Amino acid sequence: MFAAGLSLIFGVMRLVNIAHGDFIVLSAYLGLTVVASTGMHPLLALIIVVPTMAAIGYFLQRGILNQTLGDDILPPLLVTFGLSVILQNLFLAGYSADPQKMDAGALETASVSVAGLSLGILPLLTFGIAIVVIASLQYMFFCTSLGRAFRAVSDNQDIAQLMGLNKRHMFGLAMGIALGVTAIAGILLGIRTSFDPTAGSARLIFGFEAVIIGGLGNLWGTLAGGIILGVAQTIGAKIDPGWQLLSGHIAFLIVLAIRPQGLFPRVSG
Amino acid sequence: MPPILELDGLKKSFGAIVVADDLSFHLGEGEALGIIGPNGAGKTTTFNLITGALGPNAGKIRFQGSDITSHSAALRSRSGIARSFQVPQPFSGMTVFENAMVAATQAAGLSGHKAEQFALDILDKTELLSKANQTAGSLTLLDRKRLELSRALCTKPKLLLLDEIAGGLTESECTALVDTIKDVHASGVSIIWIEHVVHALLAVVDRLMVIDFGRKIAEGDPSTIMKSPEVEEIYLGIAVDA
Ligand SMILES: Nc1ncnc2c1ncn2[C@@H]1O[C@H](COP(=O)(O)OP(=O)(O)OP(=O)(O)O)[C@@H](O)[C@H]1O
Ligand SMILES: [Mg+2]
Repeated sequence: MFAAGLSLIFGVMRLVNIAHGDFIVLSAYLGLTVVASTGMHPLLALIIVVPTMAAIGYFLQRGILNQTLGDDILPPLLVTFGLSVILQNLFLAGYSADPQKMDAGALETASVSVAGLSLGILPLLTFGIAIVVIASLQYMFFCTSLGRAFRAVSDNQDIAQLMGLNKRHMFGLAMGIALGVTAIAGILLGIRTSFDPTAGSARLIFGFEAVIIGGLGNLWGTLAGGIILGVAQTIGAKIDPGWQLLSGHIAFLIVLAIRPQGLFPRVSG
Repeated sequence: MPPILELDGLKKSFGAIVVADDLSFHLGEGEALGIIGPNGAGKTTTFNLITGALGPNAGKIRFQGSDITSHSAALRSRSGIARSFQVPQPFSGMTVFENAMVAATQAAGLSGHKAEQFALDILDKTELLSKANQTAGSLTLLDRKRLELSRALCTKPKLLLLDEIAGGLTESECTALVDTIKDVHASGVSIIWIEHVVHALLAVVDRLMVIDFGRKIAEGDPSTIMKSPEVEEIYLGIAVDA
């Protein structure tokens, strides 16, 4: 889901967002703050964190990132890299370097048994939400006029402007939606594991791998990519805990070697 | 007739090449103006200036009486200026219908069922209805040109700019296209049409203008202009009619 946000930003704007990993951590910290100050359940905090992140995304895009977009891919890379550094330092200043975690109570350990297998409610919930989010994004893209507008801008920015579309506004919306989706991922992450100010970088690599395995610009592919990496990591962890991350990367390399264009390249044309 | 469009002393150069040199002309409400001129004369650039894809180095553009020189391309399209491209530029990953819908919803401001009906009516008029669900990237040249026209019409234009829309079409394809453009003109839309296929142009336009090196070198009644020495000089040795 986190990777879906990354995929969305790249798909619509051809923008590679280096700070994306830090936005997931930002969402987690925001969630933490909301939970700490109101005492509400972490999942309920989504109601506040998602719109906040979406607004941050919109204004960040309109205020800063739009200025960097052009024919050259380097300026946005540098600016988002800078953002990443700034965010990490802000987390450090605001929340200290200690790993923290959100407490979701019984939800964390609850499980159901299906056909003799015991499945955790939380992973199931995460998976369910991911499917709903990606299905809604997919519906938005292909069945609504907003989605058509996004695809038009992604296809040819100049012509889209001649159709009355303000590309700066559209980019803002895309970033808003992307960070909104990222916020959901951030909260779920914060419930599942502990995180610290630098947790974003590892997430970013993981996200990129999922996007690339799935095929650039294909949201379902991204989900599949995420699942493949997740499964590889779980299997790796069973062999030896130290193998967890490594086996994810190995899976990524294997897929790249076999299908450099990704498993499900974007269907277009 | 009050003019719908006025260009006043427009200048544009790319480095040392001057592509619009103190260019001034106007278009009456409901009028159809033809533009001819040799390759590289600055015809397409004039359209880029009118639609806002390029900003002029000097000069003013007025549309329906108000100065739009500083308006964005998006704003100009919403206020009723549409164009077709010399080289068709559809949203190639989207279907014909979706291409039309982008224009109908974003530029014409329609929504829901109304937008769909409007887009379908236009596609019917441009004979693309049977290909509505094909991806635009898979269309033939003729159909791409039709799509250019459909998408422009779906923005509900008051001013329609056509850039060599008849180029590369067969005789019968061209006739069908001319008929469609005549209908559009008859419905009250003002038109500026750049075209090398002069006989197609002459079938529609009320007035003809010749541009060379970014300057207007002749303007007036189409048949008179075609016989003028300026035009003969420019097209010297070149078959005027394709
Ligand atoms: N963006 C640009 N940058 C630099 N030069 C340009 C640009 N656009 C056009 N030109 C140059 O300006 C001149 C006029 O181009 P323009 O496309 O307006 O000609 P045209 O009259 O439409 O010709 P044609 O009949 O071949 O379509 C050409 O020499 C072209 O190379
Ligand atoms: Mg041209």
